[in-house]
Amino acid sequence: MTVTATPVREEAVPEPAAGRRLIDKVFKARELAVAAVLLVMLGATQLSNTEFLSEQGIKDLLLNATILVLVATGQAVVVITRNVDLSVGSVLGISAFAAGTYLQDGGSSLIAILLAVALGALFGALNGALVSLGKVPALVVTLGTLYIVRGIDSIWVGSQQITADDLPNGFVDFGHDGIWVVPYLALLALAVLAAVGYYLRSYRSGREMYALGSSPEAATLAGVPVRKRIMTAYVLCGALAGLAGALYLARFGNVDSATGSGYELTVVSAVVVGGVAFTGGSGSVYGAALGALLLTSINSVLPAIGVSSVWVTAINGILLLLAIAVDRILALRVAAVLRKQAAQLRSARHA
Amino acid sequence: MPELTKNSAVPELTKHSALARFGGAVRWDSAVGALLLVLLICSFSFVDNFGNALNLSFLIGNTLPIALIALPMTMLVISGEVDLSVGSTAGLSGAVMGALWNAGMAIETIIPICLLLGVVCGLVNGLLVTRLGLPSLAVTIGTMAAYRGIAQIVLGSDSVTDFPTQYLDFGAGRIGDTFIPYALFPFLVLLAIAVVVLHATPTGRSLFAIGASEEAARFSGIRVKRLKLSMFVTTGVLSALTGVFWALHYASARYDNATGLELSVIAAVLLGGIDFDGGKGTLGGAIAGVFLLGTLQNAMSLQNVSAQSQIVVTGVLLVISVLGPRIGRQVAQARARRRTAAAPPPQAAPST
Repeated sequence: MTVTATPVREEAVPEPAAGRRLIDKVFKARELAVAAVLLVMLGATQLSNTEFLSEQGIKDLLLNATILVLVATGQAVVVITRNVDLSVGSVLGISAFAAGTYLQDGGSSLIAILLAVALGALFGALNGALVSLGKVPALVVTLGTLYIVRGIDSIWVGSQQITADDLPNGFVDFGHDGIWVVPYLALLALAVLAAVGYYLRSYRSGREMYALGSSPEAATLAGVPVRKRIMTAYVLCGALAGLAGALYLARFGNVDSATGSGYELTVVSAVVVGGVAFTGGSGSVYGAALGALLLTSINSVLPAIGVSSVWVTAINGILLLLAIAVDRILALRVAAVLRKQAAQLRSARHA
Repeated sequence: MPELTKNSAVPELTKHSALARFGGAVRWDSAVGALLLVLLICSFSFVDNFGNALNLSFLIGNTLPIALIALPMTMLVISGEVDLSVGSTAGLSGAVMGALWNAGMAIETIIPICLLLGVVCGLVNGLLVTRLGLPSLAVTIGTMAAYRGIAQIVLGSDSVTDFPTQYLDFGAGRIGDTFIPYALFPFLVLLAIAVVVLHATPTGRSLFAIGASEEAARFSGIRVKRLKLSMFVTTGVLSALTGVFWALHYASARYDNATGLELSVIAAVLLGGIDFDGGKGTLGGAIAGVFLLGTLQNAMSLQNVSAQSQIVVTGVLLVISVLGPRIGRQVAQARARRRTAAAPPPQAAPST
C-alpha cells in the first residue's frame, strides 16, 4: 500500500531489502498487536471475573467468533484486491434460510451445507461479474446487491421462521458440540482460514491478488488476469458467506428474514481492525481473523465486567477508528524513517 | 485562484458534453429528470389516491430527510469523498435533542446545540480524512458505528415524544389543504444556496476540479484539504438538522432514528448521475434521483407492493444507475470513434 509505494523511488541499491524488512516488521507487529490487545483484554477480564474463562466461557468465545471469522476471511481476500463486498450479510441470511428450508423437508446435513455454499458462490459470482466486467465501483455494486439479495430473501421468507425444532438433531449437535473446549465449528473455520491463508501466501494466483490490490494498472501490464482474479475473490467471499450462513443455522437454529442484516459493517470493521487496508494489497487473512476474534470477544467481555451492552456499538466504532489511525501514523513514521535512511545513503555516496 | 480553477475543470466537462453530443447520447441527469416526470404523470393517472394533496404532502415530507442530506452529499461525492455516518449523525442529534428535552431545556436552545454537535461530528470525519489522509469510506464506517453507539448511550432505549406542539406541527403539518409541507420552504432555500454554490461559484468549480484530479487541483492553487474539511462539516450540520427534523416529523426521538438513511441517500445521489469516482454530476440530477426513489416508493406502497419488493427495486435501480452511464459512455465513444475513423479518436479508453 502507501508505504511500499512512496519510499524508494531512488536508485534501487541496498535500501529495498532494508525497507522491506522494516515494513514486514511493522505488519507482523500489527497482527501481534491485535493478538496482544486480545490477550490483555481477556486476561484482565479473567482477573476481575474468574468465571469468564471457564470451559464453557472459552467455548462460547470461540463459537461466537466462528461465523464472523469465516465471513471476515472471505472479505479480507476481496479487500486485498482493492474491492469490497457489502452484500455478505444478505448472502449469509439467504443461504441460512435455504439450508434451513432444505433440512426442514428432511434433507441431509452435508448437502444442506453444500447448498448454502453453492448459493453463496452464485451471488459472489454475480458481484464479481458486475464489478469486473462493468468496471464499476465495488462499493456501489455490492450496495445494490445488498438490497437485491435482502429483498429476494424477505419475499421468499415472508413471515416464516425456521426454529431448532425443525432441524435434524445431528445438525444442531454439530453446532454445539466439540472436542474438549474447541467446538467443531471453530475447527472448521480454522481449517478454512489456514487453507485460504496458505493459498494467498504460496500460490501464484494468491500473490497476484496482492499485486492487483497494490496497483491494478501495474498488475494488468504485468499480465495478471485481473478480471479472473477479482472474480475468484468474490466467488470465494460469497461461498464463505454461504458457509457461514449454514453454520449460523447450526449454531442458533433460528432464521428469519432479518438474519444477517447489518452484518456487513461488523465484517468490514473486523477486517480493517485486523490490518487489511482498504487501499488494497496489504494485510493477511490471519489478521482479519484476529480482528474478528477481538470484536466478538469485546461483546462477551463487556457484560462479564459489568458494563452495559449499550456501549458495544460505540466501542466497536472507536476501535475501528483507532486501528486505522494508528496504522496510518505508523505508516507515515516508517515512510519518514525510510526517507531519512535514503537521504543518508545518498549523502554518504556523494561524500 | 478562481481562474486557475476554471481552467483545470472546464476542459474535462466540455470534452464530455461534446462526446455526448457527438454520440447523440442524452445526459444522464436529464434522463433521470425525464424519468421522474414520466413516473409522476403515470402515478397521477393510474395510481388511486396518489394525486390527493395529503398523499403528496406525505411523499414530500418523507423524502425531505433524504433530500436534505443529498445536498452536501452530492458535493462531497463530486469532490471524491463519501460520508457514511450521516444517518448516525442524524440519529445522534435526535437522541441528544430528546435527552436535553427530558432534562428540561428549552427547545430554542436545544436545536442550536444539536447543530453544533453536527459541526463536531463533521469535524471529526473531516480531520481524520484530511489531516491523517485516511480513506473517507473507512473513517465514516467507523464514525457511523461510533455516533450510533453514543446515541444509544445518551438516550438508551427511551423514546421522547412530548415536544412542543407548534414545533411538531411545523415538522409534520402542511399549509392549509395544499400539498406543501411547511418544512419544504427551508429546504428550497437550502437547495437554492447549494445550487448556486456548486454550479456558480469558484468553490463549486473547485469541488469538481478536486474530484477530477486532486493533485492537479492542488497544483492549481486550490486549498484542497480546507475545502474538503468544510464539506465534511457542512454534511455534519445538515445531517444534524435532518435529525432534528426527523424527530419532529415522526414526533419521536429515538437512538435508532434514521438508521440506514446513508444508504438511501447514496443510492439516490448515484441514481441522479453523480459519478462515485468524483468530478461529475449536477445537483439537479441528484435531487431528481432523490424524488424519483421517493415517488417510486410512495406509488408502490399505494399499489400494495410489499416493502420487500421495494427493496429489490431500489437495489436494481442502483446497479442500473452505475452500469447505465458507463455503458452509455462506451457506446457513445464507440460511435464517435466510428464517425471519426479518419481522425484519431478523442479519448481511447474509458476513464475508470
